[in-house]
Amino acid sequence: MANTVNIKIDGIDVSVEAGKTVLDAAKKLNIHIPTLCYHEDLCVAGNCRVCVVEQEGVNNLVASCAIPAQKGMVIHTNSHKVRNARRHVVELLLSEHNADCTKCYKNTKCELQDLASEMVINEHMFMDLVPDKNYTTDKQSPSIIKDDSKCIRCQRCVRTCHDLQHVSALGVAYKGDHMKISTFFEHPMYEVVCTNCGQCVNRCPTGALIEKNYLDEVWDAIYDEDKHVIVQTAPATRIALGEDLGMESGSIVTGKMAASLRRLGFDSVLDTDFSADLTIMEEGTELLTRLKKALVDKDTSVKLPMFTSCSPGWVKFLEHTYPDYLDNLSTCKSPQQMFGALAKTYYAEKKGLDPDKIVCVSIMPCTAKKFEANRPEMRDSGYQDVDMGLTTRELAVMIKQAGIDFQELPDEKFDSLMGESSGAAVIFGATGGVMEAALRTAYEIVTGREVPFKNLNITAVRGMEGVREANIKLENVLPAWSFLEGVELKTAVAHGLTNAHQIMEAIHKGEANYHFVEVMGCPGGCIGGGGQPIPTTPEIRRKRAEAIYREDEGMAVRKSHENPEVQQIYREFLGEPLSDKSHWLLHTHYVKRKRV
Amino acid sequence: MPEIKELVTGLADKHGRTRESLLPILQGIITEERFISDDALTEVARELDISAALVYGTATFYSFLDTKPRGKFVIRICRTITCDMKGKKQIINTLEDLLKIRVGETTKDKNFTLLETNCLGWCHKGPAMLINDDVFTELTEDKITEIIRDYMRNI
Ligand code: SF4
Ligand code: SF4
Ligand code: SF4
Ligand code: FES
Ligand code: FES
Repeated sequence: MANTVNIKIDGIDVSVEAGKTVLDAAKKLNIHIPTLCYHEDLCVAGNCRVCVVEQEGVNNLVASCAIPAQKGMVIHTNSHKVRNARRHVVELLLSEHNADCTKCYKNTKCELQDLASEMVINEHMFMDLVPDKNYTTDKQSPSIIKDDSKCIRCQRCVRTCHDLQHVSALGVAYKGDHMKISTFFEHPMYEVVCTNCGQCVNRCPTGALIEKNYLDEVWDAIYDEDKHVIVQTAPATRIALGEDLGMESGSIVTGKMAASLRRLGFDSVLDTDFSADLTIMEEGTELLTRLKKALVDKDTSVKLPMFTSCSPGWVKFLEHTYPDYLDNLSTCKSPQQMFGALAKTYYAEKKGLDPDKIVCVSIMPCTAKKFEANRPEMRDSGYQDVDMGLTTRELAVMIKQAGIDFQELPDEKFDSLMGESSGAAVIFGATGGVMEAALRTAYEIVTGREVPFKNLNITAVRGMEGVREANIKLENVLPAWSFLEGVELKTAVAHGLTNAHQIMEAIHKGEANYHFVEVMGCPGGCIGGGGQPIPTTPEIRRKRAEAIYREDEGMAVRKSHENPEVQQIYREFLGEPLSDKSHWLLHTHYVKRKRV
Repeated sequence: MPEIKELVTGLADKHGRTRESLLPILQGIITEERFISDDALTEVARELDISAALVYGTATFYSFLDTKPRGKFVIRICRTITCDMKGKKQIINTLEDLLKIRVGETTKDKNFTLLETNCLGWCHKGPAMLINDDVFTELTEDKITEIIRDYMRNI
């Protein structure tokens, strides 16, 4: 047992793996040590000092999140000295903090407030410095609000944006008591490289970085008799929403979610999974068309690898960072936007609704979807295709506001026409899912046979490895696809923009030779999206992904092209994938953006 | 813009394009331009392939890496305790009168900027100030007037 270390915490012996911190050891004993700058997904910063503990024989208190357990350590987590120090830390933070909790979006969901409440802070011991601080709030982005008066400078956001996302839209500027979290030249988030992924929002312990919420707008639409309010729900919402409503991570709440939306008063309760299946039809066909042009017609203007385009964070990242690769992005809109464009055309037509009176609301695991809905390109129906994008968290708020006992709801189904989906659509929510769904369909189109994997589960593209590759050999293809006979289809999957950057560098340097690459902007894919319940940790992402695959296995239809409503829309409205109508409503283009 | 681009490329050629090159490059820009503009920071970020926000963070951390437009001559008076007690207030008043600007401002002709700074290490000869890289110590009202007149004559 050379690799374990024995220490004593609060009189209890514990042994942990070498390299683990005192904080890890305490967790093992179920001793709670408060933390602020620490986050399981991030490197240790050790800057807030709220996690201090007393180590016997050492004069100063030590930061338990930063100090590795060492043989023979005797630690006290709750001594007089420790409690005093922690209290001072929190009091000092509060002295610079605009603590108007009742007006704060994070009220009751704030780690600083939790600490203040735990310490029963009544009278403040330090002077209130807020009036002298000239804090500013940036509300210009359609996705994210940054309120410096709530910032405790823990730098979780900075580490998130740098380490996980390779964007570094946020950095630390100035020093000492002027130190602040800042974009380039303190420009609004809206004007810089920020991808709106919301990963920083998901990790900010306070109300300093929050999503822009559209709760009032949605309630107003619901109460407006004149409006027909359609709601669509993204794949990853159904396995995470429960967490914000008192349920275990990994609970599948598809049926309860549909029921709750109906009770909230939405007029049509539909599913983004439907348009995820549609995305597969369009994107799969686009891939095969690109391959044909490249391999048969030797058309050098065709760009390979083709990149998926359903993650708006990834799309904006590429627009800023690799603008020379925009032609590699699939022209397919994301499922949210395909849905919006069809809601105000196809659905309106079929249901005899006036598109002018339709309000299209989406429930997304994502904050970038808010930005995407507001992109000027996304108005092909003649209206803004998606009017408001809410996060999973915002839906949970609405359900609570309406006094609905979520856990007791019956399971209900989505409404028809755009509510039916396949297991392939559900797995869009996890990294690798779009690839798997596309392969299930494309392989079958080309060979006439199902993908050669047990239960259709393409496990090579699953998992949490940052970059994964899978090659599939196409053999005995149907006559129409003879040019693909013997071709080994090379695919790769990346999640989180740091991994996306890695794959882009490999492609750029000519070290990687893929045909098709799936990228999701958030770690774990949408299940770990910036709009998902807080906290999101590696363990929680694993449970959510596991739930996604369980949901897929339980579906009657597992392949996008077998979704009866998808077949119907091609029969009755779109014609075929990549038809003129598809191009008009379901495809888009991208714009070069500056890299600051 | 093109001059900035050239300047930054030149500095990067000289100092390298790694993280460690960032400070020398920023200092090089200060030497040439007196301040680091928005465009200059963007160029540095592009040239070193690092985020513009991080470059901005580094620049704002150091008081001598100004990101606001500055005059040809940047005057920095020590505001720390020794100089303060030796009468820096009076020096500032004199400078403000001479230059017709307040601390933090730049003259209309863009020749002088007046700033305060922390201890310069000349406490034994305070009050002290810097004009660009030159130190002036044991300042008096007369001495200051003469120094500034000298600079004005040589512009
Ligand atoms: S960030 Fe937390 S402590 Fe601050 S006002 Fe909001 S809820 Fe209160
Ligand atoms: S914005 Fe939030 S995450 Fe970032 S430093 Fe401030 S409190 Fe921490
Ligand atoms: S939303 Fe994403 S890209 Fe923007 S600052 Fe936050 S982590 Fe960085
Ligand atoms: S949580 Fe340990 S120093 Fe912040
Ligand atoms: S106090 Fe002015 S130089 Fe030190």
